[in-house]
Amino acid sequence: MAARKTTKQTNASAEELKAYYKDMLLIRRFEEKAGQLYGMGLIGGFCHLYIGQEAVVVGLEAAAEEGDKRITSYRDHGHMLACGMDPNGVMAELTGREGGYSKGKGGSMHMFSKEKHFYGGHGIVAAQVPLGAGLAFADKYKDNGRVSFTYFGDGAANQGQVYETFNMAALWGLPCIFVIENNQYAMGTSQQRSTSSAEIYERGLAFGIKGEAVDGMDVLAVKAAGETAVAHCRAGKGPYILEIKTYRYRGHSMSDPAKYRTREEVQKMRDERDPIEQVRELLLTGKHATEDDLKAIDKDIKAVVNASAEFAKNSPEPALEELWTDIYA
Amino acid sequence: MATEILMPALSPTMEEGTLAKWLVKEGDTVKSGDIMAEIETDKATMEFEATDEGVIGKILIAEGTEGVKVNVAIAILVEDGESVDDIAAPAPVAAAPAPAAAAPVTEAPAAPQVDETPDWPEGTKLKQQTVREALRDGMSEEMRANDDVFLMGEEVAEYQGAYKISQGMLDEFGSRRVIDTPITEHGFAGIATGAAFGGLRPIVEFMTFNFAMQAIDHIINSAAKTLYMSGGQMGAPMVFRGPNGAAARVGAQHSQDYAAWYMQVPGLKVAMPYSASDAKGLMKTAIRDDNPVIFLENEILYGQSFDVPDIDDYTVPFGKARIWRTGTDVTIVSFGIGMKYALEAADKLAEDGISAEVIDLRTLRPMDAPAIIKSVMKTNRCVTVEEGWPQGSVGSYISSVIMQEAFDYLDAPVINCTGKDVPMPYAANLERHALITTDEVIAAVKQVTYK
Repeated sequence: MAARKTTKQTNASAEELKAYYKDMLLIRRFEEKAGQLYGMGLIGGFCHLYIGQEAVVVGLEAAAEEGDKRITSYRDHGHMLACGMDPNGVMAELTGREGGYSKGKGGSMHMFSKEKHFYGGHGIVAAQVPLGAGLAFADKYKDNGRVSFTYFGDGAANQGQVYETFNMAALWGLPCIFVIENNQYAMGTSQQRSTSSAEIYERGLAFGIKGEAVDGMDVLAVKAAGETAVAHCRAGKGPYILEIKTYRYRGHSMSDPAKYRTREEVQKMRDERDPIEQVRELLLTGKHATEDDLKAIDKDIKAVVNASAEFAKNSPEPALEELWTDIYA
Repeated sequence: MATEILMPALSPTMEEGTLAKWLVKEGDTVKSGDIMAEIETDKATMEFEATDEGVIGKILIAEGTEGVKVNVAIAILVEDGESVDDIAAPAPVAAAPAPAAAAPVTEAPAAPQVDETPDWPEGTKLKQQTVREALRDGMSEEMRANDDVFLMGEEVAEYQGAYKISQGMLDEFGSRRVIDTPITEHGFAGIATGAAFGGLRPIVEFMTFNFAMQAIDHIINSAAKTLYMSGGQMGAPMVFRGPNGAAARVGAQHSQDYAAWYMQVPGLKVAMPYSASDAKGLMKTAIRDDNPVIFLENEILYGQSFDVPDIDDYTVPFGKARIWRTGTDVTIVSFGIGMKYALEAADKLAEDGISAEVIDLRTLRPMDAPAIIKSVMKTNRCVTVEEGWPQGSVGSYISSVIMQEAFDYLDAPVINCTGKDVPMPYAANLERHALITTDEVIAAVKQVTYK
């Protein structure tokens, strides 16, 4: 099955479109700022930016309900902002400060929010896949009608534990949506060089798990596919796979020169498929918003992001006693 | 407002780099995402993107400049119609102060406080029970008390347990709570850990801990570290249990003792019972604990019978050693099946007039070090006994603790009796020789007592 075509016309309301525009722009501006703070040495270690993939999390969060869970890999800033976590807390975790979601002890790859049902932020490629199915196991055990969004990349899709998990999730009918964010590169290795199948979601068929490919640059297509998946899981029909074809504009991490692809390839994607530009166009051509309206949104978001950076710079480093806390409950 | 564009750090370790090439010139308008320059480090050439909109007001560092320090201003970005002169003098970025080193451990208290209360009051009615039955009773009692507790693993349900530990549990609790898994340790350990994040209290049975090596990433990276990494928001209240160490004649891949491995990990607790009463009491404590607990059983001990107190809700606290036998000449410290050799040796030593105090640690993390220290202060000699390998053994850690906290009380070096430093052989005679023996414990005691 081919990826869904970009939705050029839509029944989405002005409010909905504006909300997606805002949410995606927040992620982009936040990530740009994170890149800047990294460059200044305020953020250390590994820092994996989500720029280009914004429509994936924003589209799927639009299909989720309160109480649904989500878990992902180390490229997690976008997921946290999309599920409503506080940009200040996320940015302050990136700078390793007391005001961060993990009090500065987790960093970019390890953040959590019990309140927002965000279960991390995991640094071992594909470890979040059985963990996400485990969240769904708990929901099914409690029979609470919730679903779990388990995000992983095209690179993680080659780990054995993914298929161990597919098997058990199908066997036990777990309400788990496996979201393969296929950004086409597993660090520096293209899908063509690493993955035997062209359509990764089809691997679920071997386990009897339904799935589909989705245009991940089109937030409305992502949302529609998310609704199908959520309905499937909530109806007790077991897991569902969404292979969302997306693209990351930046390198794998901040220290990746991205020499495995051409500058033209990235630029073409930015010019022709950018998820934020697509919604911007829908808003303007549909007369849902004026240039001035959008400028005002841009300005608001810039203020939120700048405030998060200020907060992250000014929040104190964790007290030394924190070294010894949270080891045991 | 004019802003400085600073030399970026492009990797965690970069301190300086070469500004190889400017791709913009003064007067150019840039927007977020535009590539402005190429920067070379010793590892790679990277493109440097703009993160703000503006006009390049001035280039401060010419292309081709080597050794440009991170965070030095390399250009000035101005807004339309603004001049470069508007920018204020650059404020240096203050480096975060280096944290002070933790103070070294200083002297331990001379006489440690040790909880020596008996496990059950005198006069308690006792019954004989096997370790196998005690483990089942411990799990079943906790499952009756709390619906969030469930058991999963290979063959735990319909087969009644590969070693019959879960005999009868499927009948009592049903397939919702006693769950057969496919043979997929990595996967089900991860699912169970996720279920613990999600609010349940899983008990994961590994058919043997040898197979848990397939799952060790989830045990350590996912279960043990999450509480810390989340700043205390969420952890994994769960038990990983199963037989550990050598059985009999099953060869190298089925005979490893993992006590020293798991004992090393902050965030895990590690229990390794010897007797049936401890198997039951520690199991109940493990299931109630809000942390991931490694529960190391032993196949050879499963069928052995011990006194178990016949009282409701019998638990044994973690971190409290049990003194099986008091003595004055030497302290023998062991745990798990090592206790069998320790107790046999103590009996024989008594015939030779050597009085051995035998301590069963019961849990290795937390470890009741005060009980060891207090005993060594009395006997001045110590021998440790375990089935695991010598290098990085539990005994070597105990030796270091004794050396740091009771050095002046030692009349002889501590001897670690361990399994031999070889993969477990299959041949009966070689296997016997690879394991620790009672005779070796006796010889070690005689060596430290100079008898």
